[in-house]
Amino acid sequence: MLNVENLGIGFSRYTGLLRQEEMTRLSGVSFDLCEGEVLAVIGGSGAGKSLLAHALLGLLPPNATLRGTMSFRGRSMTPYPASLRGRRIALMAQQVSHLDPLARLGAQTRWAARRTGAAKVPDLQTLGLGPETCRLYPGQLSGGMARRALFALAGVGQPDLLIADEPTAGLDPENRDRLLALLQAHAHRGGAVILITHDLMPALPVADRVMILDEGHMCGFESSRDFKGDGMALTSPYAHALWRALPENAFLTDA
Amino acid sequence: MAGVLRHLARQALLLALVALAVFLLMKASPVDPVDAYLGPAIAHVGPEQKAQIAAAWGLDRPTHEQFLAWAGHVLRGDLGQSTSYNAPVAQVMADRIKASLALTGLAWLLSGIFGFALGCWAAAQAGTWVDRTIRVYCYLLAATPTFWLALLLMMAFSVGLGWTPICCAGPIGVPPGQVSLWQKLHHLILPLVALTLFGVAQIALHTRVKLIEVLQSDYVLLARAQGATAWDIVIHHGIRNAALPALTVTMASVGEIFGGSILAEQVFAWPGLGRATVEAGMKGDLPLLLAIALLTTLIVSTGNRIADLLQARVDPRMGGA
Repeated sequence: MLNVENLGIGFSRYTGLLRQEEMTRLSGVSFDLCEGEVLAVIGGSGAGKSLLAHALLGLLPPNATLRGTMSFRGRSMTPYPASLRGRRIALMAQQVSHLDPLARLGAQTRWAARRTGAAKVPDLQTLGLGPETCRLYPGQLSGGMARRALFALAGVGQPDLLIADEPTAGLDPENRDRLLALLQAHAHRGGAVILITHDLMPALPVADRVMILDEGHMCGFESSRDFKGDGMALTSPYAHALWRALPENAFLTDA
Repeated sequence: MAGVLRHLARQALLLALVALAVFLLMKASPVDPVDAYLGPAIAHVGPEQKAQIAAAWGLDRPTHEQFLAWAGHVLRGDLGQSTSYNAPVAQVMADRIKASLALTGLAWLLSGIFGFALGCWAAAQAGTWVDRTIRVYCYLLAATPTFWLALLLMMAFSVGLGWTPICCAGPIGVPPGQVSLWQKLHHLILPLVALTLFGVAQIALHTRVKLIEVLQSDYVLLARAQGATAWDIVIHHGIRNAALPALTVTMASVGEIFGGSILAEQVFAWPGLGRATVEAGMKGDLPLLLAIALLTTLIVSTGNRIADLLQARVDPRMGGA
């Protein structure tokens, strides 16, 4: 479905009055994504995870330069085809701040439906959000409700690829697992999911593969099955060290 | 209910303090009301006659007694007698308030509308030449004194091109009752332009900054990820989120527009309250000046109060008071 080849992103900035300098923030990212697959992208802050998401949505700022190739269902994504955004590739955002604080949830779902050309307004009820939720403002939603609303908004245009940027951050285990199950269900229906997170453990049961980003470099591609035991099945040293350093695995940092 | 009472009490206290401040400032001013009233006729008037006029106006009484006597009359609904116009203050103000409202009110409304529109336009095109042009225009106007702008406009359009009349609210020599609507508009246009140009800058700059902030927000990012067009975003998210701050600035600018109108009315000899203020100040006409100060205070504080109430009503985060 999605093919990314040697993707790199740099930002140009002025260092003096006229001299421009380019800062590379992401480099050497290559991967394929098929129908039915959940790819977890793991990395700390500043690893370039969100940057990757923005690149896949064609939402990089004007001073960014894109290298490498991206193609969706065999079609090149440079220049970015506007028909992909929201309809074929959708963003499931992270925080309640991704909802307009001055508009009711009902209005925002209607706008999302119109923007993505969806035939019908998404049904919030299947996600456990009753009809009264539509009259609420984002500030009146609980964390879990907001996250489910954002999931509903992402699914409006019935996209093939769902990019979930830190969907579980700050959620309690029950709400977290509920949301991860929703993402997994999307993949089971024939879609694909890129699950961006800094939290490895909860993502493992739903992810098929794990891509590890560190400071803008891709430093490992692992099958999520290999994160087990002493981590000897893991191929990259970074993944191995990451696995051993987890609290569940006795915080070993000198492995 | 308690909130309303508290607000009314605060309003009354504000009015009393403004009145006291204006009164004390005028008492400290070197202008002698009797001399100013007499003008050149002062040569024919002796000290005894001047003392008689002062006594008739109550100026021989102690300062605090004068203030309390004035306050007592105002509370009974009597604004007193204007010494510079030789007529009841209420009548002087009634004669002028229409001209003032036409000029100041329209200038306020237009500067609000154009300021918001310009601010939105600049923000939507942030960083481009459109944005830079609007910004330079706003800085330039914000730094320009109103009276100078008014003089420039007058030199260009009234003196140079001869398109607009040089003064007043109607042709010279025609009684106010016989001035046609077209003539009124013709006389209004230049002062209105001067005052509107002055008011636009602030509101445009405020709107621009707020809208740029909105356009960089997370919810606009999500809207873009949904495939929203720039117009869609400005209409649904931009205006909604930038309108309230703009409205607050617009309401707060009432005072500034009125301040500007004093200068503009002076330059264009517009027979409004602004010009009466200057007249009253120059002639030591305390009752008229106090009445105008109170009216302005009332308008400005009410404007701010309305902005507060609207903000609470429209913004769900304010608790919907």
